Amino acid sequence: MGNGTSIGRVRGLGSAHSGAQSWLHERFTGIASLLVSGYFLVSLLLLPSLNYLTVRAWIAHPVPATVMALFVIVNFAHARSGMLVVIEDYVHEHGSKFAVVTLLNLVAFAGTAFGLLSIVRLALGA
Amino acid sequence: MLVSILHRVTGSGLSVVGLGVLLWWLCALVSGPEAYATFSKHAGSWYGLVVLVGLTWAFFQHLASGLRHFVLDVGAGYELGANARWSVLTMVIAVVLTAGFWALILAR
Repeated sequence: MGNGTSIGRVRGLGSAHSGAQSWLHERFTGIASLLVSGYFLVSLLLLPSLNYLTVRAWIAHPVPATVMALFVIVNFAHARSGMLVVIEDYVHEHGSKFAVVTLLNLVAFAGTAFGLLSIVRLALGA
Repeated sequence: MLVSILHRVTGSGLSVVGLGVLLWWLCALVSGPEAYATFSKHAGSWYGLVVLVGLTWAFFQHLASGLRHFVLDVGAGYELGANARWSVLTMVIAVVLTAGFWALILAR
């Protein structure tokens, strides 16, 4: 262990071996969620009412449709990222952890697909 | 400690309940006026409002404690006094923003 820089000698030797990528993913999706969720809440406040016709007309416009599509993508990604940390902290047995993480991924991607398809249909006039 | 637990609890709640309600709302919008009326009936009932106000609070709490995490990530805010002050402030900010949001919704 006499060679290399001090960081090079310890890199990858932590108990988890990896994780910086998922840690950063959580932060990046968090910032994105802040933007799209802020847009969504302000839009809800600015709409004259929340009845069927008003909301439908609003979400069919290009910009709200785009941001709401991003809202679905970003928030499911952030939820997946965060729930993964929670699962890793509380489910220790390898088999159960594999099963729960698989379920999390299935639900997250299915939810994203369903949300996106709904918004596309609304935007293109279902 | 409490704020850290709150960050997890609100995050999990938003992931499961919040995204669930979001998909139901989008599905109702796609399905048509009757489905949307069913959604609105539940959303406007006492239990629906408890869930929606709860989700709004969870969002603002998670937002405030999440921003606090960004500050802690860069290595700032670890002094005992400042740390305790900012944790309490995240909870105050969350309640104030939730109250403000619903005041604006109900005043419309």
